Amino acid sequence: MARRLSGDLDEDRFKPLRLMNGVYLQLHAYMLRVAIPYGTLDSREMCRLARIARVYDRGYGHFTTRQNIQFNWPKLAEVPDILADLAEVEMHAIQTSGNCIRNVTADHFAGAAADEVEDPRIHAEVIRQWSTLHPEFSFLPRKFKIAVTGAARDRAAINVHDIGLQMLRNEAGEPGFRVVVGGGLGRTPIVGPTIREFLPKAELLSYLEAILRVYNRLGRRDNPFKARIKILVASVGGDVFAAMVEEEWQALRGGSLDLPEEEVARIAAYFASPPFEALPAQDTGFEAMRFEDRDFARWCRTNLHAHKQQGYAILSISLKPVGGVPGDATAEQMEAVADLAERYGQDEIRVSHEQNLVLPHIRLRDVHAVWQGLVAAGLGAANIGLVSDIISCPGLDYCNLANARSIPVAQRIATRFADLDRQHDIGELKLKISGCINACGHHHVGHIGILGVDKKGSEFYQITLGGSAGEDASLGDIVGPAFSYDDVVDAVETLVETYVGLREKGERFLDAYRRLGPAPFKEALYAGH
Amino acid sequence: MPVIKDGQLVEDDWTFMPDSVPLDEVSRPVISLARWQGESRALRVRNLRLGLRLPNDADPAAVGAELHRFALIELEFPTFRDGRAYSQARLLRERHGYLGELRAVGAIGRDQYFFLDRCGFDSVTVAGDEAELARALEGWFEAMAEISVPMQPASDRRPPASSLRERRRAAAGAS
Repeated sequence: MARRLSGDLDEDRFKPLRLMNGVYLQLHAYMLRVAIPYGTLDSREMCRLARIARVYDRGYGHFTTRQNIQFNWPKLAEVPDILADLAEVEMHAIQTSGNCIRNVTADHFAGAAADEVEDPRIHAEVIRQWSTLHPEFSFLPRKFKIAVTGAARDRAAINVHDIGLQMLRNEAGEPGFRVVVGGGLGRTPIVGPTIREFLPKAELLSYLEAILRVYNRLGRRDNPFKARIKILVASVGGDVFAAMVEEEWQALRGGSLDLPEEEVARIAAYFASPPFEALPAQDTGFEAMRFEDRDFARWCRTNLHAHKQQGYAILSISLKPVGGVPGDATAEQMEAVADLAERYGQDEIRVSHEQNLVLPHIRLRDVHAVWQGLVAAGLGAANIGLVSDIISCPGLDYCNLANARSIPVAQRIATRFADLDRQHDIGELKLKISGCINACGHHHVGHIGILGVDKKGSEFYQITLGGSAGEDASLGDIVGPAFSYDDVVDAVETLVETYVGLREKGERFLDAYRRLGPAPFKEALYAGH
Repeated sequence: MPVIKDGQLVEDDWTFMPDSVPLDEVSRPVISLARWQGESRALRVRNLRLGLRLPNDADPAAVGAELHRFALIELEFPTFRDGRAYSQARLLRERHGYLGELRAVGAIGRDQYFFLDRCGFDSVTVAGDEAELARALEGWFEAMAEISVPMQPASDRRPPASSLRERRRAAAGAS
């Protein structure tokens, strides 16, 4: 920073450095992105983020689809102060941008989900350490994102990452990883191929180093739009790429990258389960409140999830209130969440890639009290997984790449479906909005995806249907010509009504679309035109 | 152009010779890979002290066992964003056992020095007036001191954090 401010570094040379430290130049100002490894925070860290929002920004922060947080209005000269404040709670912004291995993401229910082989954060942390200031892989052809899930149910979107890792057990019962490589969204969306069905856990880093080395040497550098690993993998084919990695790996494996068991155990200890109480599966107080309080009951339907420990629940906090900005939280809200986590939730908070927060370990008997605290902080939206739980990029309001606004579209859709009973009747529906083809809002994998495009200076929105980021990953199909800013909300409503009219009992939007195909939806959207 | 080597600014005594220029004119010529591949028999007979410049898309395995003939290998950084030569350097050191001098040439600044050192480079070219050269050298020392313990093994001798912990555990177990 001193070298930049003194003029010793010009912007051209400063850019890759500021990017590697999370500082972007946005439409209106610099933006600072802070790393939240695998989306895990404690109350002390959350309070520090709140303080930064209050002191250096405009009183709020924006949680991202990479489980990080962004501050949109810091002054460049104050960035070193912010970084110093972060360092006091062992946080930083290193490798949250730039052409390096980015902050590693993981299942936001890690350590609490009933269906996991192992807590994926243990190896996400192994990867984080290995990739931090990696001397060989800090100047890759393009950015590089790794996601890890510990369960068969994929909540980390591993099929659309540069590398996706799914923990599983082989026939002998040993834990390891299925390795997916070359998935991604952006202007060339691809569901990545599996290049290795089973990688022994102990050999993870040598295998990753082999993948990265092949990519660093052979990935395209002539065109930034063709530089992601997915383009390399697609151009040679998954099988050939797997063979190239295998050859490099055979030369690398068995070396000092294999972590000793004691070291893995040392890291695992940081992710040990908190001391759970032996509780009955049912809590009468909780059941009574659910019976008495209709709002609470409705919130429980969408925002509570099964916990591995009897008598506990995983609790999602929606950052998608009607009319709000998806992923935004005020300093006061961050502090409220930190306080609830400390009092009721073993001091653990998670950020989900769907831009919500999670309290992973709440006793059933405390759920009502936590809910009341959330409602008081304006965080009571009962819409997790519903049509108004929208993923949206910042869009033209903030981003200098965008072609169209995203946030106002998300707000208008959420307002149209503001009736919660209606949302609950519609059921699970993942709606994702991107303001340009770079697809930061993941529209390709939305059950309904919306892409902002520029047509002769006006904002238009192209709709895709049938995408999914889960273990059944698929890319959405373009349904037809794009809609204007004024018409796109009507179009979404038409799609939803078409589904409601045609669904079978218990069938989600995505399932209905997969059964029916695009025809009835197209008919409903374009018949009158 | 001077180079930073072993923490000192030294005058470069190697000269890159374009393929068409005879090698007699300098005492320490650096040749292209294409020239080596085209004239290797003649060059071997002449028993010259040679340096080799590897283009950054070349596989070090292409030179194979003959790598040890070269007292110096130069790896290219056409822009400082182009990181291919870091992989080449580690392959040369760790896979091919190259023990000669590894030099980084091209667009390199202070923010690359630590990574270069970790990947097995011995020297980097620097450009500019006297003040700029002094700043580059100062930057080199800063870069070497900035990170006390790396997080992963590479081509240098710095033990990564995990192996330091392992040693500590072993020491505790032995006592």
